[in-house]
Amino acid sequence: MKRPKFDPKQAPGAVADWADQRLAGASPLRKLFNKVFPDHWSFMLGEIALYSFIILLLTGTFLAFFFTPSSAEVVYHGSYVPLRGISMSQAYASALNISFDVRGGLVLRQIHHWSALLFMAAIVVHMLRIFFTGAFRRPREMNWMVGFLLFWLGFLEGFAGYSLPDDALSGTGLRIADAIMLSIPVIGTWVSFAIFGGEFPGGDRIFSLLYIGHVFLIPGIILGLIALHLALLVKQKHTQWPGPGRTEHNVVGHRMFPGFAAKGGGFFMIVFGVLALFGGLIQINPIWLFGPYKAAVVSSASQPDWYVMFLDGSTRLMPPWEIRIHLFNHGYTVPPIFWPTVVLPGVLVTLGLLYPFLEQRFMRDRAHHNLLQRPRDVPTRTGLGAMAVTFFVVLTLSGGNDVIADKFDISLNAMTWAGRIGLLVLPPLAYYLAYRIALGLQQHDREVLAHGVETGIIKRLPNGAFVEVHQPLAAPDEHGHTELPYRGWVVPKKMNRIGAIGPAIKGFFVPVEQPEEPREVEAEEQREEITSGRR
Amino acid sequence: MTAAPVDRRPRRTLRQKLGTGARLVAALVLAGGVYTAFAPSSHAEDTKQLSVAAQKGQQLYNTSCISCHGKNAEGVQDRGPSLVGVGSAAVEFQVTTGRMPMSRQEAQASRKTPHFDDTQAKQLGAYIESLGGGPQIPDGDLRKGDVAAGGELYRVNCSSCHGFSAGGGALSSGKYAPSLHPSTDRQIYAAMLTGPQNMPVFGDNELTPQEKMDIISYVQNMKSDQSPGGWDIGAIGPTTEGLAIFLIGITALLFATLWIAGKS
Repeated sequence: MKRPKFDPKQAPGAVADWADQRLAGASPLRKLFNKVFPDHWSFMLGEIALYSFIILLLTGTFLAFFFTPSSAEVVYHGSYVPLRGISMSQAYASALNISFDVRGGLVLRQIHHWSALLFMAAIVVHMLRIFFTGAFRRPREMNWMVGFLLFWLGFLEGFAGYSLPDDALSGTGLRIADAIMLSIPVIGTWVSFAIFGGEFPGGDRIFSLLYIGHVFLIPGIILGLIALHLALLVKQKHTQWPGPGRTEHNVVGHRMFPGFAAKGGGFFMIVFGVLALFGGLIQINPIWLFGPYKAAVVSSASQPDWYVMFLDGSTRLMPPWEIRIHLFNHGYTVPPIFWPTVVLPGVLVTLGLLYPFLEQRFMRDRAHHNLLQRPRDVPTRTGLGAMAVTFFVVLTLSGGNDVIADKFDISLNAMTWAGRIGLLVLPPLAYYLAYRIALGLQQHDREVLAHGVETGIIKRLPNGAFVEVHQPLAAPDEHGHTELPYRGWVVPKKMNRIGAIGPAIKGFFVPVEQPEEPREVEAEEQREEITSGRR
Repeated sequence: MTAAPVDRRPRRTLRQKLGTGARLVAALVLAGGVYTAFAPSSHAEDTKQLSVAAQKGQQLYNTSCISCHGKNAEGVQDRGPSLVGVGSAAVEFQVTTGRMPMSRQEAQASRKTPHFDDTQAKQLGAYIESLGGGPQIPDGDLRKGDVAAGGELYRVNCSSCHGFSAGGGALSSGKYAPSLHPSTDRQIYAAMLTGPQNMPVFGDNELTPQEKMDIISYVQNMKSDQSPGGWDIGAIGPTTEGLAIFLIGITALLFATLWIAGKS
């Protein structure tokens, strides 16, 4: 009997069929592959965070092969000459070893660290998009909370990673963390002793906690929450911008397979490429300059990574107000650091988590929403967002105020006071400005809908007045007005947007299309002669 | 009738006149010689000891420094401190870094293009040294130290103001610790020895000359270090790193999202 010939074209189908018969995955996968992703660019910001997290896992696994989380004292004999013969913890020695003696270690360490910064930056930018467009409204309040928690988990994860190498900067950071724990009234000392296993630095205990926290526990929780984040996204489907053909009951875009898969895969490569360039070209966290952690070693310009810097800033701005309370024959002290580093983050977490519910309450809007809102259409929310961003930026800049003072020749004291005053004055100002700008943009939209698009053609009336000719967007009534409803989406404001003139010249550096050649005047053409002043 | 007065005194001979003169001169010489031999002679010695370099230094001092530091370097109220006893190390540091002559009174004198060259700075130093002594920079190679030991000393003693990467840092009220990147070996040594402006003095009991040379070796080694990780973006830690991830990273990826969304 003749054996059937192997047909390579049939192979993928045959394998898939084999798997489907055993796993019955076809119908759930078909559902997933058919999920629709909207096309708008602002929907890709969260992807940056997801892709940098994947890169964090990959590079982190590599680093874990060579890192030793131990405070055991060793003498360094590696390649970096200026530290040879210095006694240091094994953790720091292994981090140096990764940087100088493991092939590719430094570039992967740097990619890992840059990815962490990008992960947090992308989370924040993504969160701003969600906030300003109202994507967190019912039914997506839970997903907002999950995303918000992801920021704080990333915050913890990043801090643990920053602390692990046991260089002098990590040690300074841990010392500050210890001071923050100690500032909690009544239980502060117990919290600190429990975490450090005694008086700071307390030996190996903290490294075990940080290491297991950083490589297993927190990434595990983050991974779980990301899975939940995406599962909710699939279950509830995407939001979308309003526009032609887009309603509360549909979602328009590319399907997961093949359109979005190609798009997303390509974008992953771009994110990876940008991070690889960062890791290869820009130095980050040069631990070899910091030296091993010793309690007496500190440096000017000791800052945490950017996403923790707002807490550093709040601490720098806090006036030295200390509260002493006597209760039951015991004296209790509430140090000033308690307010900016324990109370403030607590308030921020609570307010952020509950924001969707607070807004529902105050705006009396408990309806289902799948269509997004333009920031200009909800001036109050836009104002609050601008206020929050300003608050965060003032604190973050204050976290680096000594660097700013040094590089721009400003007095450090002036920077501190500018931060204090700015923290109180600028957020309300930002609220007011954002609110007014939103109203102004709204008004302009309504104006165009009523009067038409500005053509840029100026007409002189018989009485001498000048008016600009408007192109109405529909047939106007006897007053020249049109009554078009606002649809919550972009109103055309230029003639080329409504096809009345050619499209804008495309091309960033070189025009893709050439403008039309001016018509040459023929020599024999008769030109009219007009005497100036008389007609 | 009157007769012309006649000089009745016996005429002194020329010889007699000469003799009187000679005796007078001899007496003066004797008196002067005895005085010179017995009188305190500090003034004479003082001018004698000024070396050629110090004399030149004095000339430079009298043209460029005297208005603030006074005629005898005793200082002028609200303008400049006394320089008696500061030593040549302080003078050399201030002059070769361009801090002196100072352009204006402010929180702190900053480094600028030096007004005098190294020879002139040494001459000024010699003059000030001659007024009341003080610390001096040793001659010879100041970089013969142990880099690793210097690094440890640097991190304990210097980095709290100058920063881990010696790029400088802010102090209170507009004062600052300057960057060490343009500093020479002699300048670093002189700074430790004399504690200019807001810097504490690290005398030879705090940091021995060998330890000072260790630190100099470390600082100069760090400067020649070709930052192995790439562009060091100022080597001032997480501040510029955070700026870079937003200005370069997020910006580039936002353009990427616009590009991808524009294609679909």
